[in-house]
Amino acid sequence: MDRIDSKTAGLLRTVADFDPEKFMGAFNIRSNCMSIGRRSTENIKIETKTDAPGLDINIAPGTKGEEVFIPACVTKAGVDDLVYNDFFVGEGADVTVIAGCGIHTETGEPARHSGVHRFFLEKGARVLYVEKHVGTGNEAAKKVIDPQTECYLHEDAYLEMDTSQLGGVSSSVRHTSARLAARAVLVIRERLLTDGNDRAETYFTVTLDGEDSGVNLMSRSVARGDSYQAYQSEIIGNCRCSGHSECDAILSENGRVDASPKLSANSQDAALIHEAAIGKIAGEQIMKLRTLGLTEEEAEAAIIDGFLK
Amino acid sequence: MLEIKGVSFTKEDTEILKGVDLTVPDGKLFVLTGPNGGGKTTIAKMIAGIEKPDTGSIILDGEDLVPLDPTERAKKGVSFAFQHPVRFKGFTVRDLLDIAAGRTLSDEELTALLLEVGLSFEQYAGRAVDSHLSGGEIKRIEIASVLVRDSKLMVFDEPEAGIDLWSFNSLIRVFEGIRDRRSATLIIISHQERLLSIADELVLINGGKVAFHGPAERMLPFIMKNDCINCPVDEKGDLIGPDR
Ligand SMILES: Nc1ncnc2c1ncn2[C@@H]1O[C@H](COP(=O)(O)OP(=O)(O)OP(=O)(O)O)[C@@H](O)[C@H]1O
Ligand SMILES: [Mg+2]
Repeated sequence: MDRIDSKTAGLLRTVADFDPEKFMGAFNIRSNCMSIGRRSTENIKIETKTDAPGLDINIAPGTKGEEVFIPACVTKAGVDDLVYNDFFVGEGADVTVIAGCGIHTETGEPARHSGVHRFFLEKGARVLYVEKHVGTGNEAAKKVIDPQTECYLHEDAYLEMDTSQLGGVSSSVRHTSARLAARAVLVIRERLLTDGNDRAETYFTVTLDGEDSGVNLMSRSVARGDSYQAYQSEIIGNCRCSGHSECDAILSENGRVDASPKLSANSQDAALIHEAAIGKIAGEQIMKLRTLGLTEEEAEAAIIDGFLK
Repeated sequence: MLEIKGVSFTKEDTEILKGVDLTVPDGKLFVLTGPNGGGKTTIAKMIAGIEKPDTGSIILDGEDLVPLDPTERAKKGVSFAFQHPVRFKGFTVRDLLDIAAGRTLSDEELTALLLEVGLSFEQYAGRAVDSHLSGGEIKRIEIASVLVRDSKLMVFDEPEAGIDLWSFNSLIRVFEGIRDRRSATLIIISHQERLLSIADELVLINGGKVAFHGPAERMLPFIMKNDCINCPVDEKGDLIGPDR
């Protein structure tokens, strides 16, 4: 493996808590559009795509308890990285995928990373996908992360996605779509913090095709400063299925949020629910914490921390 | 010592408190009772700094609290358990109680604290303090958030509300323990006879003022015998206590 520079190493720790010296499993590290380190294991094979930049990650049927790390970093200004990663998860496998993207720029020039991920989960496969996005360095530089994720869940598959973007990313447009077969379950937990002039847009489209499939989308976000967020979700229920989406946003200073949930039920037996709440921190929450000895600022910080945890 | 002197408060053109005077000596347990809407919670909010009086002073150990905000009052040793506890998305019971304690509580400390309000550590330490907790559960956590602060003045607003009999018994013992050790001054707002009966003094609040107060042993039989409608009144319409 090439030597990893200190900025990349720092970003790797932040986004994926990843230390290549200690980790024994499969991984690929992408830095400034190039793979700078990779390992496959017996059950998890990582290969370079032949038709596009990116990887094919093949997880053998029945693989249990293994982790795969595929973090990406951009540490140079002016980089516009585009990568396609496909995950083929074999029948009955149960694995954790840790992704994440960090952008660090020191000059004022913009930098961008766009990851197009596709997940193919075979029957009964289970995946926990954890992804963290951060931007560091020169605050004036535009740092853009535009993730696109497509998920295909076969019967009884289970995919849980934990995504967070807690500051420093000036612009992001996230598209996530999923199609679920019978008894498949998708859980998405999104955490988002925007500040300054940041913009973050999130679009979810989930199609429930199989009997007793289910989706639970939970988005929690805080919009501070002059930042703006848009949340759009569409759950399409084509059979007996259940769908729940929840968008909870806290506004602070001049933050703005648009939320537009959409539910489409194409069957009598589709049970779809959406909940959305947008507003500033409840005054009584701040007051309760002040009576416990916190200042107003400390109370607000504690409430936001807890909310995004 | 807590001295409330001539505290008046008007909100939206309604006079809610009309000159409240009350002195609570150190280490005493005072129970404030009286009809709904009488002004008990408003008095508690005045003490905690959630509302500020239009006139009057609230003096704790010689210092007027009125100019101080709720944070400063908390730091001076004032604690207040809300009548209607606040819920937080994303806080666990442990998070909230650590904030209340001002430090990270050990598992042993948290176990002992939760036990005081009749909750088990295993079931509750990791629970979210959000809308999924029942009314009685959140109420007990609210009480624990004040108990853990060990402040010199603790105010509990209707701690009995929604709490089951077994947890209530344990809570009574906690209050009696504090009273017997004289380790803190307690003001409890309550409508519950058992809580009234453990007080050093009972204070009847009605129409935004102290109608009368006195030692529990003399006041309790009187309060239990008269309701506020049939209670004897003087020529000004004020309730007449047992001493007049
Ligand atoms: N923010 C407010 N605006 C207007 N009126 C208020 C406000 N807060 C309280 N009040 C009124 O002040 C009066 C006293 O209220 P308070 O909550 O202190 O009563 P209480 O004695 O605690 O009653 P309870 O036993 O029902 O808890 C009530 O008539 C109430 O409606
Ligand atoms: Mg009240």
